[in-house]
Amino acid sequence: MHIIDRRLNPGGKSLSNRQRFIRRARAAVRNAVREASRGRGIKDMDSGGEITIPSGGVHEPTLRRSGEGGVRDYVLPGNKKYVEGDLIARPEGGAGSSGGGLDGGGEDEFRFALSDEEFLDLFLEDLELPDLAKRQIAVMGMPEWRRAGFRAYGSPANISIPRTLKNSLARRIALRRPGPADIAALQADLDALERDGASEDEIKQARLELERQTKRAVTIPYIDPLDVRYRRYESQPKPIAQAVMFCLMDVSGSMDEHMKDLAKRFYSLLYLFLKRRYEAVEIVFIRHTHLAQEVDEQTFFYSRETGGTVVSTALEEMIRIVRSRYPVNAWNIYAAQSSDGDNATSDNPRTLSLLTDTILPMVQYYAYLEVGPDHPIAPMPGLDRPSNLWRAYELIQGPKTPMSMRKVNHRRDIYPVFRELFQRQGAEAA
Amino acid sequence: MSALAKDESRLLYTGMDWDFPLIQRIYGALEEIALGEMKLDPMPNQIEVITSEQMLDAYASTGMPLFYNHWSFGKHFARNEAMYRKGFQGLAYEIVINSNPCIVYIMEENTVTMQTLVMAHAGFGHNHFFKHNHVFKLWTDADGILDYLAFAKSYIAQCEERYGQAEVERLLDAAHALQSHGVHRSPRKRAPNLRTEEKRERERREHGEKLFNDLWRTVPGGGRRKGQNRSDEERRRALLGLPEENILYFLEKTAPRLLPWQREVLRIVRNIAQYFYPQRQTQVMNEGCATFTHHRIMTRLHEQGRINDGAYMEFLHSHTNVITQPSFDDPRYNGINPYALGFAMMQDIERITLDPTEEDRFWFPEIAGNRDPYETLKDVWANFRDESFLSQYLSPNIMRRFGLFLVNDDEAEEYMKVSAIHDERGYRNLRRAISRQYDLSRRDPDIHIVDVDLVGERRLELQHRVHDGVQMHEGDLGEVLQRLADLWGYEVLLKVVDAETEDVIDTHEVEPNLPFGVSA
Repeated sequence: MHIIDRRLNPGGKSLSNRQRFIRRARAAVRNAVREASRGRGIKDMDSGGEITIPSGGVHEPTLRRSGEGGVRDYVLPGNKKYVEGDLIARPEGGAGSSGGGLDGGGEDEFRFALSDEEFLDLFLEDLELPDLAKRQIAVMGMPEWRRAGFRAYGSPANISIPRTLKNSLARRIALRRPGPADIAALQADLDALERDGASEDEIKQARLELERQTKRAVTIPYIDPLDVRYRRYESQPKPIAQAVMFCLMDVSGSMDEHMKDLAKRFYSLLYLFLKRRYEAVEIVFIRHTHLAQEVDEQTFFYSRETGGTVVSTALEEMIRIVRSRYPVNAWNIYAAQSSDGDNATSDNPRTLSLLTDTILPMVQYYAYLEVGPDHPIAPMPGLDRPSNLWRAYELIQGPKTPMSMRKVNHRRDIYPVFRELFQRQGAEAA
Repeated sequence: MSALAKDESRLLYTGMDWDFPLIQRIYGALEEIALGEMKLDPMPNQIEVITSEQMLDAYASTGMPLFYNHWSFGKHFARNEAMYRKGFQGLAYEIVINSNPCIVYIMEENTVTMQTLVMAHAGFGHNHFFKHNHVFKLWTDADGILDYLAFAKSYIAQCEERYGQAEVERLLDAAHALQSHGVHRSPRKRAPNLRTEEKRERERREHGEKLFNDLWRTVPGGGRRKGQNRSDEERRRALLGLPEENILYFLEKTAPRLLPWQREVLRIVRNIAQYFYPQRQTQVMNEGCATFTHHRIMTRLHEQGRINDGAYMEFLHSHTNVITQPSFDDPRYNGINPYALGFAMMQDIERITLDPTEEDRFWFPEIAGNRDPYETLKDVWANFRDESFLSQYLSPNIMRRFGLFLVNDDEAEEYMKVSAIHDERGYRNLRRAISRQYDLSRRDPDIHIVDVDLVGERRLELQHRVHDGVQMHEGDLGEVLQRLADLWGYEVLLKVVDAETEDVIDTHEVEPNLPFGVSA
């Protein structure tokens, strides 16, 4: 009998099968992720979780007997009252449930858990992001590796030759290891003595000395395992700052569920981007009609308000919050506004002045997202007029303004807003 | 006091924790009982300690330590993992592999009592059964299975590299769908293959030419004529070995368009199905044998004072969990529990040999009171499978204890009828019915390949013989037939025939959608 300890064997043997399975069920899984992300908070978007997919795509058909019809015999245990000849009503929903009757029929849904990476990956895929952008989000912030001295163990690739030789030299000196020159000198001495015909005693002594030193040169190795040193590395987190993200949204009656969903996706994505870049990201939700107020996420997305639309109130609220809680020198401030484009015309000048004078100077980036219906009714040519707010914002657009604006009707339109953000930051870094 | 001290010294362990030397000691004690007292004869054991995560991994690949890659295993893994994480389902305590040496997985989380139980159950019970039962001897090669799986894994990985993952996956999907009909149910004479058939034909002709004598023509007699008149059709069928119930085998040997690697993959799937076939045939017996063995060994350990009362109680707790049989009206009911039935029957056989009642003497004259329970059981374990075991050894005593009754469900009737219960009149009927319930050839649909026209349209014709009016699951059937047609490469026709009246009830015709073997 042998006992083998397999616990240290690498686990995750099923990983490749699991990936194959998810790839197989990709479309279904993606739908499930879309459903799941709808019900989640923005901050939970990059954690895994359980999802349920219809079993259709991953069903494994076999040649098997149908669960109903025909004449069947069941042998069942636990008889208490029946005698031969009794009639029993057929149970609802398929009979008998004996060995032959019920063979894995009820498999309408398949439920399993996705890991964090898998969930995020599919969420991003659903937004139809280009690969580069995906990588930028999905790759975790790599810690920086820095040299940090030496150590006595490590992988051969990390051997530090100078340090090893230095140790070896010190050891050889301390132990007085004879070098080739020393041996040669002794040999020369011996030869000279022999040549000069010195006394037996002297020659013998010299020979003994030579032998002794030759032996020592072998027993004291040139490089001993003790000398070997490896470069040591330490991971150091990159210096990371903190960021706050303002979500501004028009919640007046004209914003429907589809528009809110688009907005939510936009905020989620922005959050993900920011989270990769900063260690701490806070989110502030401000909703507005003709009045603005700071609310929690649930209220932000799911409760309705009635009223007119005055955008400047939201901007004022944001400025108030920044002044009271997020000093500009300690926080990176991002703001994302989504709206269907309505604004009281009389409010436009005030909105613009708030933006240009106060907000844009203090934020890293300001994104305006104009959300529209999924299938816009094809307007008559010439009637496709930009919205009130759009026209106003266009006035302050410029190459130096840290602001971008987009019209979005579909999920896939969301990404281009970010491209701008990337380009800007990429240029900064360059 | 002194008795207690003496007991303490015999104890193998106290407490819950275990280490490797202790496992070794326990194994020695188990071996003493299993080999010394019960005279079992297992293969050498190899006990492997694994983590729960590795157990989940092993689950996914039907318990085998290595298996080729396929998404369906990932699916099973995902489901098991979800169930396990939520606590709906515990993990099995053990997995045992019918190989030589016999591999027993034990989980590191188990207590020492559980480890003892597992080693007794798997390392001696299952192991002895694998080695001696005749269906395992006939169909499985315990020495070669791990090597074969390693070969299968690397072969399929190579195919993926060479022909693309998608194509291999599609082929495996198709093969898996037919896996239940990829086993030989009875040992066969060597399949007549076309080349040897041709050679034999040639030799026969040469022989005839050598012996040719025109005089024979004048000898009266018509006996030989008959053989020559065999119709072309019959001849063709005989050549192809039709009718054939092993669909994967037939495709591997005969499908006209498959490429060699595709045939090899079909062969791998079919061989693995064949390897597992005995396990499906001997569920009740196998578990009965292992449960009986662990129960006996644990009880003897306790009697010898080698485990203490606490450990014995812990053992009984999990043992009774395992052999619980909920009644049919219990929400936990999920078919007859093979552990419960198997264990009860093994114990009953032991009782019959040692202490038979009048009834036992009448029902089992050949074993009642022979006073040799272990030899009797070992004989049973070696020579039966579930179907024959139940029809031979299910005693009235057990039927009464389980309260077994037979319900007849005829679609045409409004009510189901109780046609036999555990009484004098019902015993034989009950026994026959339950034995049929475990007859795999009745549980799987009865499908044969009956004809193929290799010269003309190359249509493959199958026949499904419907017994008792139970047809096949419609949705699945369509999908499987589609895959079969893709494998065959040409049209496939399935005739559904009533087994009693020989009437054709239904026919399905499927054209290949995307046949295999055509290089794109």
